[in-house]
Amino acid sequence: MQFTFFHLMPYRPLDMAERHKHRAAWVVLPNALYDPKKGADEYESYIDQLVYAEKLGFDVIAVNEHHQTAYGMMPAPNLIASNLIARTSKAKIAIIGRALPLVNNPVNIAEEFAMLDNLSRGRIITGFVRGIGNEYHATGINPFWSHERYQEAHDLIVQAWTKPGPFSYEGEHFNFRYVNLWPRPYQSPHPEIWIPSMGSSETVKWAAAPERKYPFLVTFSSRELVTRYLNVYRDQAKQYGYEALPSQIGFASPVYVADTDERARKEAKEGVETLFNDFLAVPFQMLLPPGYMSLPSMKNTMKMRKALGAQKRLSFEELADNGTVIVGSPQTVRDQLSKLRDATGAGKLITMLQFGTLSDELTKRNMEMFASEVMPHLKK
Amino acid sequence: MPGTETKHKVRDVTVRMLRGGSGPPLLFLHGANGLPVWLPVFELLSRNFEVYVPEHPGFGTSDNPPWMRNIGDLAMYYLDFIDGLGAHPVHLVGQSLGGWAAAEVAVRNCMRLKSLSLLAPAGIRIKGMPAADNFIWDAEESVRNLYHDQKIPDQMLSMQPTDEQADIMLTNRFAATKFGWEPRWYNPSLERWLHRIAVPTLIVWGKDDKLFPSAYAARWGERIPDSRVEIVAECGHVPAVEKPEITAREISRLYAGTR
Repeated sequence: MQFTFFHLMPYRPLDMAERHKHRAAWVVLPNALYDPKKGADEYESYIDQLVYAEKLGFDVIAVNEHHQTAYGMMPAPNLIASNLIARTSKAKIAIIGRALPLVNNPVNIAEEFAMLDNLSRGRIITGFVRGIGNEYHATGINPFWSHERYQEAHDLIVQAWTKPGPFSYEGEHFNFRYVNLWPRPYQSPHPEIWIPSMGSSETVKWAAAPERKYPFLVTFSSRELVTRYLNVYRDQAKQYGYEALPSQIGFASPVYVADTDERARKEAKEGVETLFNDFLAVPFQMLLPPGYMSLPSMKNTMKMRKALGAQKRLSFEELADNGTVIVGSPQTVRDQLSKLRDATGAGKLITMLQFGTLSDELTKRNMEMFASEVMPHLKK
Repeated sequence: MPGTETKHKVRDVTVRMLRGGSGPPLLFLHGANGLPVWLPVFELLSRNFEVYVPEHPGFGTSDNPPWMRNIGDLAMYYLDFIDGLGAHPVHLVGQSLGGWAAAEVAVRNCMRLKSLSLLAPAGIRIKGMPAADNFIWDAEESVRNLYHDQKIPDQMLSMQPTDEQADIMLTNRFAATKFGWEPRWYNPSLERWLHRIAVPTLIVWGKDDKLFPSAYAARWGERIPDSRVEIVAECGHVPAVEKPEITAREISRLYAGTR
């Protein structure tokens, strides 16, 4: 398996009582609650953790993009990636991802990734996403066109990387007389593109297509859903007439390891519960603005939601029991991960070893335990 | 007499439509929440007019042509629609999103219009006077914030929509988002062309409109030459629903002035 150490960079000093006076830790949360001195400390700790992950033997260190939120402090993840390039030498650096529909000039994304790829001499992995629904509230971009803008921006960026310039791009949303990238990407034909997803069937079909074969990563989902979606991807590949490689399949989960199950569960509880309930949770109309999902998918989601009833706080116990988070002794975590690997054929594991309010001290211990007690067993 | 539901076809697009009454044609363009039922205001108007209430393309169960991408397309569609109604000039009425569409129609071509009534129309933006963000409202706020008299939302919220109704509501939200998300509920060019509206125009606004401040009414009144502004007390964003008598009376008064 290929191991990725992924960071969201949450703002841990958040006053949770204040946060719950607002709809979400996104968009409408007053930024008076952000203390720059504490924030600077957060950045420093988190970048140290990413750099340390390389020393511990992770293959990839990864960041991503979110806007106007305490959930993740990286509205511009490429700035962090640039810093990581200077402080590391072997690990691949993944930006998974940039939210393509949110920009008005996707050529800028192509340019920035190409720069990072040159600066790192080919250590960059990119991710193409549409952003969480909240991001359409934050940026004002119309979610109704989210899918169209994503497709166009994707085509434009890949062409900018691969097609001799200058050329023109003619789309519904993006039009450029001159596309002519200086610099071109270091890697040929271009950096890898990963597709993190909550598992929408449209995305699976698109990512698995033979002309793309983009690695597909199911994020923050229960064991059952990870298994289902990744097998949908494998089946889709078969329908296209090929067998998906393990390197095309992955999942992202918070993971916590301590010497005993009991200790691990006790130490991970607060971090997990704050991640899902305080940082991530948003009202439905923010999470899924109209058009973010296709109308048929949205109709199904609404019906499922109606059946589920009112949303409540997610408990650590249910998240651990359904495998959304993987927590326990080295043996427990090894067993759970290898089972999931065997059930899905996954060759990529995106670990989140810092999550929610989990402290620097516990994060460091978690990283070391994972690297020494879990990773070697699954690398085999 | 309740209106009847029909299908109406213009070129290649078929839409659902309510229709009732007799007299000169009155075309009512609905707001972002979609085709209403045959409301008391339609009943009142149908005494003086033949009332047409089409469901916009992309809303509810009407056709959703892929070329319908923005408010300009909707306006051009309604110019075709009006041409198809026959020789008699049309009294055009629009609520909120529908008022915006009606204004976009009128700045393009008033030749086939007799009068224009704008009920809390979207369509312009006054700096420093922001509209509320209805897209961040939850399901309950989305109903409550539209009315002054909370008995109306109390009653609406007490009814559980059927699966079919829920699907229609969702479809309507998608269509409304397409037209109104960005720029938020306005067309930056519209205001500068409002002087082209060359028919008697009525602007009706609920004093307690929590979505678009009633202060917008004055700006519309200044920009449209032959216009009159009516601010309705104890009324929210939807005068046609909350104050049907006043709304119908003012529209009929406007009509009387055109005869």
